[in-house]
Amino acid sequence: MALDTNFHHGDSPKDAPPILEMRDIEKHFGNIIALAGVSFDVRLGECHCLLGDNGAGKSTFIKTMSGVHKPTKGTITIGGKPMNFSSPREAMEAGIATVFQDLAMIPLMSVTRNFFMGREPTKGVGPFKRLDVERMNEVTMTHMREMGINLRAPDQAVGTLSGGERQTVAIARAVYFGARVLILDEPTSALGVRQTSNVLATIDRVRKQGVGVVFISHNVRHAMAVGDRFTVLNRGKTLGTARRGEITAEELQDMMAGGQEMAQLEGSLGGTV
Amino acid sequence: MADTAQVIQDERLKKEGLGTRLLRRPELGAIAGFVLVTAFFLYTADGAMFTLSGILNFMTPAAQLGILAIGAAMLMIGGEFDLSIGSMVAFAGLIFGAGVVTLGLPLILAIPLTLMVAAGIGAINGSIVLKTGLPSFIVTLAFLFILRGASLVGLKLASNGSTQLRGIRDAVEGDWLAPLFSGDALGPLFVWLADIGLVETFSNGTPKVTGIPVEIIWFVVITLVATYVLLRTPFGNWIFASGGDRDAASNSGVPVRRVKISLFMFAACCGAIVAIITVMDAGSTDARRGFMKEFEAIIAAVIGGCLLTGGYGSAIGAFFGALIFGMVTIGLTYTDFDQDWFQVFLGGMLLIAVLFNNYIRKRVTGER
Ligand SMILES: Nc1ncnc2c1ncn2[C@@H]1O[C@H](COP(=O)(O)OP(=O)(O)OP(=O)(O)O)[C@@H](O)[C@H]1O
Ligand SMILES: [Mg+2]
Repeated sequence: MALDTNFHHGDSPKDAPPILEMRDIEKHFGNIIALAGVSFDVRLGECHCLLGDNGAGKSTFIKTMSGVHKPTKGTITIGGKPMNFSSPREAMEAGIATVFQDLAMIPLMSVTRNFFMGREPTKGVGPFKRLDVERMNEVTMTHMREMGINLRAPDQAVGTLSGGERQTVAIARAVYFGARVLILDEPTSALGVRQTSNVLATIDRVRKQGVGVVFISHNVRHAMAVGDRFTVLNRGKTLGTARRGEITAEELQDMMAGGQEMAQLEGSLGGTV
Repeated sequence: MADTAQVIQDERLKKEGLGTRLLRRPELGAIAGFVLVTAFFLYTADGAMFTLSGILNFMTPAAQLGILAIGAAMLMIGGEFDLSIGSMVAFAGLIFGAGVVTLGLPLILAIPLTLMVAAGIGAINGSIVLKTGLPSFIVTLAFLFILRGASLVGLKLASNGSTQLRGIRDAVEGDWLAPLFSGDALGPLFVWLADIGLVETFSNGTPKVTGIPVEIIWFVVITLVATYVLLRTPFGNWIFASGGDRDAASNSGVPVRRVKISLFMFAACCGAIVAIITVMDAGSTDARRGFMKEFEAIIAAVIGGCLLTGGYGSAIGAFFGALIFGMVTIGLTYTDFDQDWFQVFLGGMLLIAVLFNNYIRKRVTGER
């Protein structure tokens, strides 16, 4: 399946200033150096893929973008303004929405309540301000359907959903709330073929709407299908950023795995990887 | 939009019976238990238990416990415990008593003072739990002793060496706020009900039941407000989320710290309200007030469907949990059973409730 022919990549706006810019981010957990100076930026209307092996620091890095971790060193600017998020809530208010690798869902709560968790719409005024339950249910059902999943009922507990359905709720939620930047940490790891291409199409759609997308994946084909730029992380450092067209899938694959060993493995497996 | 939702029929969706849907409500177990216990006493107890005055007789202790149970339930749904709310009743009783007797404050100052002190201690409890990441169980266990001890010491100071502070009734006599926290409410209604023959009267024409004790009104109002907050406000959603999975909630933008600290403050204030009501009722306060009530409140919350692990439960459930409690404590005196069966019964109820809740949780989350 040649996914990369599905989407048109406009010239990624080369000289537009980045909406989100991370400079020399370091993150230490005690004596563990998870990030040793990573710089990265994303512009409105582009999809910037972040690639790297397990433990490279991808999740840690995007968590500093979304306000979960405070970077030990380095600066974050949004639209030119320096930011210092002290909670994910603040990052959200700045228009950043994230699909976390662990999805950040509460199994005991309904799909709708999970969808709007932290950003519930209300109706009424003053002390009579209450949840707008009908609207919440309707939006949830609509957006899940758009992603190719027909929910049985919006009040179904998330714990009863399949892994892929859960992932789809998390993606739909982030897309709905990602006003300026949408971060997806391996959003397709549990998805079937149809849902995966749905997610890739969704990334393409929100990018066209002018949102900056940060897309983390282990799958180079998926990254090549939608990415405008590619940054490879390895052991807490960037190996460099390439534009679309400047790099082939094979080269990316090799960079991710540290070149040599991958080539050998490929040989012994008969080129199936 | 609603139409399309109905047009798309999911062939993998079995029609859900009323029973299955009810089973998903956390308060179902407590309501079923309530019906069972009522049936048991209807069968075994003296008929006097279910006359109006008999009902108020067990509703009053149920309400005093129930106010605490609602506080405990909200906190449990938010994923935390407070073992200090029983001691808080004694401590808040001391603050209130000293306020009105020693300092001679009017209720309009003494009551907010008591509530503020309680909320402050709740906030300290919560902050320690959240700052350190220690289990709330252990932190509030420390406060169980600290507050109980402080109540004893404080009472001795306030009453020159005795462990009881008297004279509260005289001190609040005639205060315009007193009817809100003491005595019976809805008096005129009961006079009228007696007039039309719906309430029994003494031979001189005054009704045998002169009104509903205020704690019952407080209990019902707090239950309704708590239920509304839980089910119909964003804050309620945050409570469920914070208790369900702290990190997931926080990553989704829920201000978990604020939610949990507010819940600790609310639970402490529930203790203070019980203290104010019972102290005004008794006219004095002592250091044993609220003894062991923290456990009874948690048991009522668990019977009401709260999971010990947080994130699930209901205020209505805790309401019925407290009713069961009051009914069994008082009800046994109307029967031929030895009263000491009470604890056996309670332990049994708790065990059944926990097993039942565990089963329900597995169904709701579809644990595989
Ligand atoms: N809270 C933490 N405390 C200590 N070490 C951590 C913490 N979070 C991450 N690390 C470490 O930082 C490194 C990077 O982890 P991270 O989760 O960012 O990797 P990743 O690139 O997302 O990997 P994967 O592809 O498996 O998701 C790992 O070695 C991990 O052990
Ligand atoms: Mg990761």
